[in-house]
Amino acid sequence: MLAAIAWRNLWRNKLRSAVIITAIAIGIIGTVVTDGFMSGMTDQRVNAAIANEVSNIQIHNPAFLLNEEIKYTIPQAQKTGNTIRKNQDVKAVSLRLKCQAMASSAIAGAGVTVYGIRPDDEKQVSALHEHIIKGNYLSGKQRFSAIIGQKLAKKLDLGMDDKVIVTLADTTGTITSGAFQIVGIFKTSNDMFDESHVFILKSDMAKLMGFSSASSNEIAILLNNNHSTRSVVRELNKTFKKEIAAHQIVIQSWDQILPILKSLVEIMDYFSYLFLLIILVALAFAIINTMLMAVMERTREIGILMALGLSKRKIFSLIVLETVFLSITGALVGILISISIVYHYSIYGFDLSFVAAGGLNSIGYSSTIFFRVSNNFYLATAIMVILIAVLSSISPALKALKLQPAKAIREDI
Amino acid sequence: MSIIEVKNIYKVYNETKVPVNALNGVDLKIEEGEFTAIVGPSGSGKTTLLNILGGLDLPSKGDIFIEETNLKDLSSRQLTDFRLHNIGFVFQSYNLIPVLTAKENTEFILQLQKVPKKERIQKAMELLEAVGIADKADHRPGQLSGGQQQRVAVARALASQPRFIIADEPTANLDSRSTNDLLEIMAEMNRKYHSTFIFATHDQRVMDKAHRIVTIDDGKIIGDETFKGR
Repeated sequence: MLAAIAWRNLWRNKLRSAVIITAIAIGIIGTVVTDGFMSGMTDQRVNAAIANEVSNIQIHNPAFLLNEEIKYTIPQAQKTGNTIRKNQDVKAVSLRLKCQAMASSAIAGAGVTVYGIRPDDEKQVSALHEHIIKGNYLSGKQRFSAIIGQKLAKKLDLGMDDKVIVTLADTTGTITSGAFQIVGIFKTSNDMFDESHVFILKSDMAKLMGFSSASSNEIAILLNNNHSTRSVVRELNKTFKKEIAAHQIVIQSWDQILPILKSLVEIMDYFSYLFLLIILVALAFAIINTMLMAVMERTREIGILMALGLSKRKIFSLIVLETVFLSITGALVGILISISIVYHYSIYGFDLSFVAAGGLNSIGYSSTIFFRVSNNFYLATAIMVILIAVLSSISPALKALKLQPAKAIREDI
Repeated sequence: MSIIEVKNIYKVYNETKVPVNALNGVDLKIEEGEFTAIVGPSGSGKTTLLNILGGLDLPSKGDIFIEETNLKDLSSRQLTDFRLHNIGFVFQSYNLIPVLTAKENTEFILQLQKVPKKERIQKAMELLEAVGIADKADHRPGQLSGGQQQRVAVARALASQPRFIIADEPTANLDSRSTNDLLEIMAEMNRKYHSTFIFATHDQRVMDKAHRIVTIDDGKIIGDETFKGR
């Protein structure tokens, strides 16, 4: 009956309860939707990085990672790649050549990263072929062809069928260059990537540098599920234990390759929880105020309950229950509305192109944000609301306990 | 046998700089089954005495025994528990729990006493029947008249079969008809269940029903009359 009294007490002053429930709901909607927006942004950035840039896992010669000297290839790369393909969590593997180079046209030049790829393999690992906006993706048939990003094309003032000159140092350190006809221009959501990457055929790149076409200095691995990245890295570390011990290869997950991105994901997570805490602490003061008013208005009633034999522990529980019911109602309303908003924007996306498309793309983000809120965040919100409600109820409950029944009974309402 | 024995009690309130002596050496014995009215002018100490008899307040000096128990020896928690099991209350302003129905209000004490649900619903309905308000069992106090609310308060006070019932100005807010009905109900309960009633009142109609009238003034008992045959 204590719970029934607490619940019914909530609705005695409907307006006051509605105001505080609305405040809690708005606070939670703001927090959850903000988390959905930020998580959506970071998710898309991570997914884009995995899909277009780094894949889930990469393997290199450890010496290559020091300053990306092209001569440090992966010993027996083909065999290593075939072994990796047998792992059931691995979706695709691409063996690449990679080096820093200068891309130039008649009027400008730019430092770029050049990838030598096998188009059929690369298509399995990277989604770049889906971002071709002019021309076509590389095919194995057309020798000395290239695809470049839209930003780079603009910077070098190059268009379709124009030739981009790629200048690089070969294995002996001699500067060499080749002219590559542009067969396709891509545009991803990351302008920085588009401005600094050139893709050519691996066989062409190997020839230019004096390698055999079987040589590779990067193995990119795409998994069936991003969540299995860590476990696959552990498995591969076991499989290639000898090669790793001999410093022939090093295996890295995407978050080791892009530590800034990993930090960003973590910071966004912390920020969401911090934001939630700040909102709830602010709401706690409103809850305390509401409950203090409720206790003061019901001084005589509490006196009566005490006189009738309701113990102090139960009086305390009554106020705590009432506060928790009030807060949970607000939280429930807030979470339900948040779920609807997050669901809507997770399907249709939140289009920011009218205000910040260029700005977002320039820092690697898509201008359409697809919201995502983890179940853990909803759970944490619910737990924190209950915790804050219990803490907020302490002051009003203690005030109620200080009442003397004989005096409280005679209190005028 | 005395159910209540008050021995030389004093009550001094120190809420302001000037101490107020509300009770000045009161001795009183209440026998089981009595229908007693404590009367006196405003500020005479009636309510203070009633609060002490009901275990809502403790005397500054002196002892209050309910049968063998000296209330001054009980802790706050024990005193609350003692009230729950031994004392029923009827207040001037009805003071029902507004969010509970008449039946739930009557059941409330029984639930605190951990009486099984079936038994307490049966008991509550019997009492509401006895005070003539069973048809309003599912009404909340706000849907009842003053007289009806006070009947529920009487049913609630009787629900736990307390040792005695304290009623502070129970008819002060009632019209004549409701007052007569209520007094008749309480007199009936007194006859039927041998319940002990102690009233604080100004109301002549209550005094006319009382078996005993204790008059108090300036914190002292100045009169104590018993009326046989009422």
